[in-house]
Amino acid sequence: MTLITQEIPPPPHSEDIRNTVGNVPMEWYQDYPHIGYNLDGKKIFKPIRNKDELDEFLDKMENPDYWRTVHDKMTASDIRLTDEQVDLVHRLQKGQFGDVNFNEYEPSVDFFTNEVMIHPVTNRPQDKRSFIPSLIEKEKVSKLVHAIKMGWIKPRKPKETTPQYYDLWAKEDPNAILGRHKMHVPAPKMRLPGHEESYNPPPEYLLTEEERLVWEQQDAEDRKLPFLPQKHSCLRAVPAFSRFIHERFERCLDLYLCPRQRKMRVNVNPEDLIPKLPKPKDLQPFPTTMSLVYRGHTSLVRCISASPTGQWLVSGSDDFTVRFWEVNTGRCMKTLEVGGAVKSVAWNPNPAVCLVAVCFEHTVLLLNPSLGDRLVVSSTDQLITAYEPPEEDKEQAVTWALSEGLEHNKGHRLTLTHPKAVKQVVWHGKGDYLSSVMPDNSSNLQVLIHQVSKRRTQNPFRKNKGLVQCVSFHPLRPYFFVATQRYVRVYNLIKQELTKKLMTNCKWISSMAIHPGGDNLICGSYDCRLAWFDLDLSTKPYKMLRHHKKALRGVAYHRNYPLFASGADDGSVIVCHGMVYNDLLQNPLIVPVKVLKGHQITHDLGVLDVTFHPTQPWVFSSGADTTIRLFT
Amino acid sequence: MGGLQKKKYERGSATNYITRNKARKKLQLSLADFRRLCILKGIYPHEPKHKKKVNKGSTAPRTFYLFKDIRFLLHEPIVRKFREYKVFVRKLRKAYGKAEWTGVERLRDNKPGYKLDHIIKERYPTFIDALRDIDDALSMCFLFSTFARTGKCHVQTITLCRRLTVEWMNYVVTSRSLRKVFLSIKGIYYQAEVLGQLITWLVPYQFAHDHPTDVDYRVMATFTEMYTTLFGFINFRLYQTLNLVYPPKLDSKAESELKAEHEEDYAMDSESYLEKLSALSASLARVVATAEEEENQLDLFPTEGEDQENMQAREKEQKEQEAQKRLFEGLKFFLNREVPRESLAFILRCFGAEVSWDKSLCIGGTYEVTDETITHQIVDRPDMDKQYINRYYIQPQWVFDSVNAQMRLPVEDYFLGTTLPPHLSPFVEEKDGDYVPPEKLKLMALQRGEKPVQEDEEEEDEEEEEEDDDEEEDDDVDDEELTEEKNLKKLEGTRAQGKTLAVKVTPGKVKPWETGSVGNKVRLEQEEKAEEKRLAIMMMKKKEKYLYDKIMFGKKRTTREVNKLTAKRKAHEDASKAQKKQKKAKKQ
Repeated sequence: MTLITQEIPPPPHSEDIRNTVGNVPMEWYQDYPHIGYNLDGKKIFKPIRNKDELDEFLDKMENPDYWRTVHDKMTASDIRLTDEQVDLVHRLQKGQFGDVNFNEYEPSVDFFTNEVMIHPVTNRPQDKRSFIPSLIEKEKVSKLVHAIKMGWIKPRKPKETTPQYYDLWAKEDPNAILGRHKMHVPAPKMRLPGHEESYNPPPEYLLTEEERLVWEQQDAEDRKLPFLPQKHSCLRAVPAFSRFIHERFERCLDLYLCPRQRKMRVNVNPEDLIPKLPKPKDLQPFPTTMSLVYRGHTSLVRCISASPTGQWLVSGSDDFTVRFWEVNTGRCMKTLEVGGAVKSVAWNPNPAVCLVAVCFEHTVLLLNPSLGDRLVVSSTDQLITAYEPPEEDKEQAVTWALSEGLEHNKGHRLTLTHPKAVKQVVWHGKGDYLSSVMPDNSSNLQVLIHQVSKRRTQNPFRKNKGLVQCVSFHPLRPYFFVATQRYVRVYNLIKQELTKKLMTNCKWISSMAIHPGGDNLICGSYDCRLAWFDLDLSTKPYKMLRHHKKALRGVAYHRNYPLFASGADDGSVIVCHGMVYNDLLQNPLIVPVKVLKGHQITHDLGVLDVTFHPTQPWVFSSGADTTIRLFT
Repeated sequence: MGGLQKKKYERGSATNYITRNKARKKLQLSLADFRRLCILKGIYPHEPKHKKKVNKGSTAPRTFYLFKDIRFLLHEPIVRKFREYKVFVRKLRKAYGKAEWTGVERLRDNKPGYKLDHIIKERYPTFIDALRDIDDALSMCFLFSTFARTGKCHVQTITLCRRLTVEWMNYVVTSRSLRKVFLSIKGIYYQAEVLGQLITWLVPYQFAHDHPTDVDYRVMATFTEMYTTLFGFINFRLYQTLNLVYPPKLDSKAESELKAEHEEDYAMDSESYLEKLSALSASLARVVATAEEEENQLDLFPTEGEDQENMQAREKEQKEQEAQKRLFEGLKFFLNREVPRESLAFILRCFGAEVSWDKSLCIGGTYEVTDETITHQIVDRPDMDKQYINRYYIQPQWVFDSVNAQMRLPVEDYFLGTTLPPHLSPFVEEKDGDYVPPEKLKLMALQRGEKPVQEDEEEEDEEEEEEDDDEEEDDDVDDEELTEEKNLKKLEGTRAQGKTLAVKVTPGKVKPWETGSVGNKVRLEQEEKAEEKRLAIMMMKKKEKYLYDKIMFGKKRTTREVNKLTAKRKAHEDASKAQKKQKKAKKQ
């Protein structure tokens, strides 16, 4: 308002109080009593009392003309606008002309007529340039033409006329393959939602508090469900799914970034995978139940052996004793203290001789237990005393010593002192020869063959072929089996040559047994495997059996029945039916028939040795729980 | 004689594969363009069998493409278009820089564009191939059509997506090919059977999107570009099969009706037309005017291999499908404003119902709330002030459940303000040994035509007890099945557990094998068989054993899960029962 009032000439009042200071800021007069000078050069004084806000308010309330009163800063006086002045203000505010009588829409009058007259307004002749082609334009056009010719400028393309969509597959070839290649794998479809994705799922699909916590703590990749199942009481309450765009985007990424591969889904009935084997019931007899436990040892029983008649059983233990048992009653007939932990015992397989070989530390002891037939016992003693030393005394690896006195009464007959610790003794089928094993990686003196009747010892091997684990004689022919850590070598003793080398595919052989027919062999190993070799077939195992959970300690064949057994650290003895046919074309049949459990596992050791009864389908097993058990 | 020395990595698998970077260089494309090309042409990486060999001895993680695929891309005309576009952008920038406005205009007129028709034809040589692969396209277009027209992508794309989806919905309505619908927490799943192909798509709920920052919208836009082209061609073809006009036009009758009412409200004709189409309340114009529905009896071709039973089964199935198509025929629905209008109108129209809604909600409502002939009103609020006596007020889930059940379910469970029964997924097909929720069992009984049990207050408890018994029996059956897989001890253990779970004390039963010799024999036989099996398993070959163990592991896991779900359900039911009893006690 102040601006406008400045433009308006001051109203013709009775006295003309116009300020002559001009357009200067009025603050300059702040500190003076006057605010300028009138036309006569007299000071114009400020009003004595300034209006304060209260006065202003009262004025606003009471004065009906307050709205049309404006304050003039120049003269410091209030001016009341007249009606005409108010009208003018209104008109200017509306953007109208200040003059009321001004007509803005007056009829237009042509300056010239639109009709062509015979007399032109100007009679100036046309310029020359108006009918001579322009050089500048020509230059421009020629440049454009050149640019178009050279392909720098492309003329405007015509508009496309084909419709956006049409019948694309009008002429489709039903046998057409994809243009790219035949191996195209179409993208799999999205997984269809299950009950848990419903907005109102059954209560069992909702996660419990613990499950929800677990879900939250899991990584996004580990989660079984990519979302939390939720229940909403009505459709109205369902919120937007916050990861919707994410999921669509992930699908896009999958479509163009994921390698695709066809995966063959196996659709097999698991029952069909189980091999069809003859029923164990049809393969009887075999041991099924534990019938006797032989207790007496105080430490783990390392080795057992049955007498050829089947009446006695000998066992050696870490408590430095050898015990003799009666098989049928479980009675301990005899206990012999020896000077060390017994590593191996072997009953002479010849029924006419009553001798037991026991090995502990550096010695192999031949005992006469004096059990059974008196005649046999005495004849055995005679056999040993009948020895006559040869004329020329040869240097031997082993010293033979005849026991006398107290030891003789105990049953000791011959003591063979070896240069190294002996691990195993084994009899030849005839009962005259005996082999002992002294495992040592560094020398060739690992296996010795002793002849009892002549008290002679020989070392069959000149070379060291690895750490020998166990040896065995062929039951019928003059072959000798030596098992090192990973191989079994078969030597012909007469020709003194290597006939076969069997690869066991095991890491460490623990035990070995030869089939009474002599053509088959089983090897137990510390890596839980049992390898069956058919010597006629191949030098590789005919079958690998992984029945045990832990290291195998002992394996054995039955002499008459088609049975073999294996004992392992998992405390079980597994009896298998292993039928060998006389027909060379038919492979052996191997069927596990019984898992025998009974031994407790102590110090991670279970069954340490197994052996069959020579005539009955019974199996003995000795374990780390200081017992020997008989399964019938 | 020596011959040339064979060099490593110059033959075999090393030459069959090419790394991504090398491929990009070979095609002379930027990474973004290469990505776009791969998306459009449907080229995906391959995982070589011997990665180290292909990677020339290195084990660094790399993406490999088949060399043949890249060679195939080399001949693609679109690659040249990409390069042209790059040049165009460069020229335009230069013209801007020099302020040559005529040049800018000229360049803009000649902006290079490309068409994807030939790529679609190449990727999908036959129409059925294309139809099979349309799931993703549908979901993507439905998502894009719900985007706001700001920022994230071109407005043209959004309108095109909207147009195509509306066309698709109209097609499904006209062909009545919708089969299943499912309300999930993500959105609404629909499944339609079009020309023998099952097509499933997901539509988000109608909310503004909270655009994530870690999503590359350019990738999505490229996919959408391809999908819209594909989708348009498919729509065209589908409309042709039904003798409908493409682009779709409303029936002349319906059009005149709509026009008379709403002409003043809508200024833009093209926009309002799409809205009218999307209202889904009117039928579409046909190329050749035919009678409403032409029912042609299917001819029977009895083949030699097929026997009578098979044939009858097929016929029955066909009949059922026909019946499903006419599920809501003759019903008149009114949608309240709080229910999702588009999805419900779509579903109801697919099954032959008449639908209307409030005039202020959307264009295309054909009758008012006050119409006396309305049979069902779909409401999603706890209570209504004014209710008409001659119509049902039901919650929207009834429509979805009825469609999935292929029958009109009893409306009592879905009345206004009642607690809804659980909504089950129609896509789950339970196999033997899978968990089946009790609601599904009930539904199956209903479908078989058995009457639902009366739900009186007094009988409720007894009924529940009966149910419990049933469940226990079920458990027993399950256990018997399991005997083959688990040994006897475990079985006994589970039984014992089951007994401890049950609260009530029942008189103990004497186990059969403890009483008589007959039982003893049975038990012995069982044990013998189990042992036989165990021994036979020991003799399995390593490979077969592995497979067998895997199968058995999977089986055990499923049974474990089933047990967990049943236990949870039981606990829930017990809790709810206890609550009910408490309430009763309080009342008394």
